[in-house]
Amino acid sequence: MILSKQKPWEEILGYLEGENSVFILGCNGCAQASGTGGPEQVKEMKSKLEEAGKKVTGSSVVDFLCEKALIKSRLRSKIEPIKAADSILVMTCGVGVQAVAAAVNKVCHPACDTVNLGGSRGEWMGSERCLECGECLLEYTGGICPLTACTKGLINGQCGGASQGKCELNPEKDCGWELIYNRLKALNHLDKLRRFIPPKDYNKMMPDVETMATSRWALERTSQKEKA
Amino acid sequence: MSLQSVLESGKFVITAEVGPLKGTDTTEIIEAAEILRGRVDAANVTDQQSSVMRLGSLATSHLLKEKGLDPIFQMTCRDRNRIALQSDLLSAHVLGIENVLAITGDLPSLGDHPQAMPVYDLDSVQLLWVISRLNQGYDMVGNELKGKTNFFPGAVVNPGVNTEAGFELQLIKMEKKINAGARFFQTQAIYEPEKFYKFMKRVEGFKVPVLAGIIPLKSVGMARYMNKSVAGVFVPEELIKKMADAKDKTQTGIEIAANLIKELKDISQGVHIMAIGWEKKVPEILDAAGL
Repeated sequence: MILSKQKPWEEILGYLEGENSVFILGCNGCAQASGTGGPEQVKEMKSKLEEAGKKVTGSSVVDFLCEKALIKSRLRSKIEPIKAADSILVMTCGVGVQAVAAAVNKVCHPACDTVNLGGSRGEWMGSERCLECGECLLEYTGGICPLTACTKGLINGQCGGASQGKCELNPEKDCGWELIYNRLKALNHLDKLRRFIPPKDYNKMMPDVETMATSRWALERTSQKEKA
Repeated sequence: MSLQSVLESGKFVITAEVGPLKGTDTTEIIEAAEILRGRVDAANVTDQQSSVMRLGSLATSHLLKEKGLDPIFQMTCRDRNRIALQSDLLSAHVLGIENVLAITGDLPSLGDHPQAMPVYDLDSVQLLWVISRLNQGYDMVGNELKGKTNFFPGAVVNPGVNTEAGFELQLIKMEKKINAGARFFQTQAIYEPEKFYKFMKRVEGFKVPVLAGIIPLKSVGMARYMNKSVAGVFVPEELIKKMADAKDKTQTGIEIAANLIKELKDISQGVHIMAIGWEKKVPEILDAAGL
């Protein structure tokens, strides 16, 4: 299970600036369980966006957005409303946003930040990886996570070490930033690369005590106390 | 004269590189400083180059300064978090260091401590932004400093990245670095002036001086190694053949470097000579280039 929380409304609305219409995608997996991207939240998001003057061309809740084959088969009946939209708002974890961005040729905006669970990463089939950094940057990088796609985890662009589009460290591995460039170029959004991304807040990458407070954690704590 | 004033005067600028060694023996650094003083405008001090642990760039920059050579303190983001980076910048200012070159840094797995944790808390663009903040009298979170810094920040660019995406990404990042405060650039080694000219045409509008990188060739093996393993560096076959045919390889390496400098003189604002162990030959290279 991957835990996510919705981004602040102003941030989401900011991503949609200059766009008139949007298609909303939710996920029946972890995002539903997190209360951030299940059918209920997708419905709420739809009315909020409409109130804000955006046209919602359609919506869909897929189980699960981390599975690219599933995304493609489930969205087959939604091709027209997706085509009619300027972008897709993806209400799920960082893995889901990346999988949708890879599967659908559309600008994908992340609606959630993925919360760090302190090591429990859940399971998925695809190649997309999410560091659960708590400050999703996929809006600026074409739906490809620079923290995981770039070996150095650079967030402001390519280092000088790429050769023939491959990483200096491993000639088998694509340079994450060249993937990002090619994706954004295809989406006609290279302007996003010019944005200065400020230093990350690593506090947000730390799992908080509440998150760690599963019933088992509480039990372990009690037994430690008893031992003491 | 400071590097900043030389660059602003429009004079063709020469910088060289001094690489601290592993250990506390500073004899070679002092010798290099004596040889380079008066011949170059400033000298870069590399920071744990190629992720190999050595004497630090801050202390070495200070030594150069004491010897009357204007240091360019290289700072990578690989080994220090934002607290240590800012603190070392304050220390550098107190030691009289004026020029800082902000770089991301090679991965530790390429060096002699591959087990090390790569830090990269900040990247080169963010480090430039932090330097600008310190110059304004604030740390990166907005706390006021008692005594601000006065750095002349520089950055690097690799004009030789060999895909369209990579080349464009380098230009985009260069612009981001300028917006974050970079006032001059040094490049990866250049062996093809015609290609470099195209790069310079693209960055003309940025109005920031670019010093072209020069690495003197020492052997055929070195040229082949760089072509295979150093991203963005390409030594054309013609130069490799020249080295192979040469009776005196050292002399030929010096001549090739000098010729490159002559060709780059009209298309860049200066050159940055990375002699990698040949620091003592820099004056010969400059003599041969007529500088």
